[in-house]
Amino acid sequence: MNKAYPTVQVRDLKMAYGSRVVQQHLSFEVNKGDIFFVVGGSGCGKTTLLKNMIGLIDPIDGEVLYDGVSFYKSDPLTQSELLKKWGITYQSGALFSSMTLAENVALPIQQYTNLTEKQINELVDYKLSLVGLSGYQEFYPAEMSGGMHKRAGLARAIALDPELLFFDEPSAGLDPMSSQLLDELIVQICEALGATVIIVSHELPSILSIGTNSVFLDTDSKTMLDKGNPKYLLEHSKNDKVRHFLTRTSEHESLS
Amino acid sequence: MIEPSYILETKEQSIELHLNGDWCIDQTIPDFNQQEFDTSCAPPRLCLIDQSIGKWDSMLMLFVMQCYRWCKSHSITLDVQQMPPAVGKLLAVATAVVPYEPHPDVHSEAQWAWFGGRRIQQTFKTFKEFLEFTGSLSKTLVTFLKGDANTRTVDIMYFIEQVGPKALGIITLISLLVGMILAYLGSVQLRQLGAQIYVADLVAIGMTREMGALMTGVILAGRTGAAYAAQLGTMQVNEEIDAIQTMSMSTMEFLVLPRILALVMIMPLLCIYSAVLGMLGGAIVATGMDVSWSQYILETQGSIDLADFMCGIIKSIFFAALIGIAGCQAGLSCGRDSDAVGFATTTAVVRAIVYLIIADAAFNILYDKMGI
Repeated sequence: MNKAYPTVQVRDLKMAYGSRVVQQHLSFEVNKGDIFFVVGGSGCGKTTLLKNMIGLIDPIDGEVLYDGVSFYKSDPLTQSELLKKWGITYQSGALFSSMTLAENVALPIQQYTNLTEKQINELVDYKLSLVGLSGYQEFYPAEMSGGMHKRAGLARAIALDPELLFFDEPSAGLDPMSSQLLDELIVQICEALGATVIIVSHELPSILSIGTNSVFLDTDSKTMLDKGNPKYLLEHSKNDKVRHFLTRTSEHESLS
Repeated sequence: MIEPSYILETKEQSIELHLNGDWCIDQTIPDFNQQEFDTSCAPPRLCLIDQSIGKWDSMLMLFVMQCYRWCKSHSITLDVQQMPPAVGKLLAVATAVVPYEPHPDVHSEAQWAWFGGRRIQQTFKTFKEFLEFTGSLSKTLVTFLKGDANTRTVDIMYFIEQVGPKALGIITLISLLVGMILAYLGSVQLRQLGAQIYVADLVAIGMTREMGALMTGVILAGRTGAAYAAQLGTMQVNEEIDAIQTMSMSTMEFLVLPRILALVMIMPLLCIYSAVLGMLGGAIVATGMDVSWSQYILETQGSIDLADFMCGIIKSIFFAALIGIAGCQAGLSCGRDSDAVGFATTTAVVRAIVYLIIADAAFNILYDKMGI
């Protein structure tokens, strides 16, 4: 890894669906060890930004660099090497419904390593125990709750000890307690793995409790409003919308 | 990369494992060899010591977990304080939750009998659900005819377009070919008697009474029945069905009836279209066997009457209802995952074809008894 570069650099990124621009002029950096939140209201393009960052949607303009390497300008082999270093969890868990939990977690290990079946099984058991799902190896996704889906998705995402972990709305659909437990789990695992984390979310308790860096997106201006540590922005952001968002007040309330 | 290894040292109050090398996923990791330990006089502590560990990832943790399990089964304390700090953290997270233990399989002794019984029970359940669904549909139809049903005309029109005009291409092709196949089949025998003119009778009767309705039914079972099951199954997955029910709306009136009505209205027309196309296909073959177009048309006119057409049309109405029931029932009873939608679609097509064949056999017996 080249230490001279931040882990992720987003440079003047412009995203669109057809002719409809979702966000533009996005520039920010994610440093090694950050728990970085992409924050904004519903429909502002948080998930679209994540999809642009992980190569699921091509940006209209701008660049995304990982350790100084541009993802979109790289050849497919380099892109594949980068993907191998990432773990991604999706909003719904995105578990393959025709596979057991163990088979779901084993899939990336089989894809990228030459481990024996015994080693893969042991590794799967270990990853499931990390997320508190030990003993559920033979369960199918349909037999599990929403919270278990999220944790199983996390187990699959950390299967290859990723350097960079992406989460799309990890707390969506979870009760506050489960959400807090998942936050703690993310912090514990990422600290232990030494991973950098990028989380798309608008869950304030999560953002303020575990976030170390963030970028705020705006629906109206279609660009970023502010960036930095969310706890700092809560008190010192020069942007009213950001402060209102973090304090859960409307502009109307603050005026009164 | 340095090959990972460990050195065992047995001390007075502990066993020490001194770990060296790179414990990474692309390295061959040594197994935790339990044979090396004398468990009968095991010391109370196993210490893992980072002697010169280089790079490491989950493969080191696999080894640590093996040690942990061995220690747990022998009531020995595992000490990882002299390992990299993250190892202790990961071990704490991995062992924080007690593993879930599934209940033992209670059916293992009489598994085959259990599965056989389940299968029979399932068949009866499916039949009962079919009757319930048909009964519910009949009640909804009565409500619709009274004008009280929450069924949108625009939905019926949309499904008529989906079932009818958009299926014309495939029905044209299949019907034409079935007519030709029937003609070739008959001509093999009839030619030997010099009676190839009767190919027209065979094709005309076959297409109007039987094959027109049956082939249209099979096409619509695969095309429309499967589509209905997939649409309703996806709505079930997306909780749209729940939303309809919680708005006190009837899924039968809002979702099922427009689909089945569209099928029932369009299928007789497709059946007639299929029969005519089949006769055209037969004519194409017959003209290649010294039968002129006019001879073929005259023979066809003489061989069939309105009753033959009605036989096919009545069948097609029932077939349409059965295809619709199979598709909608499978869709509405779909599970909540993507796999379930595929299963519902397969179920819909298989059931629709089974229903078609059973109903066709029943109609033929009925027509025979009635002398039609």
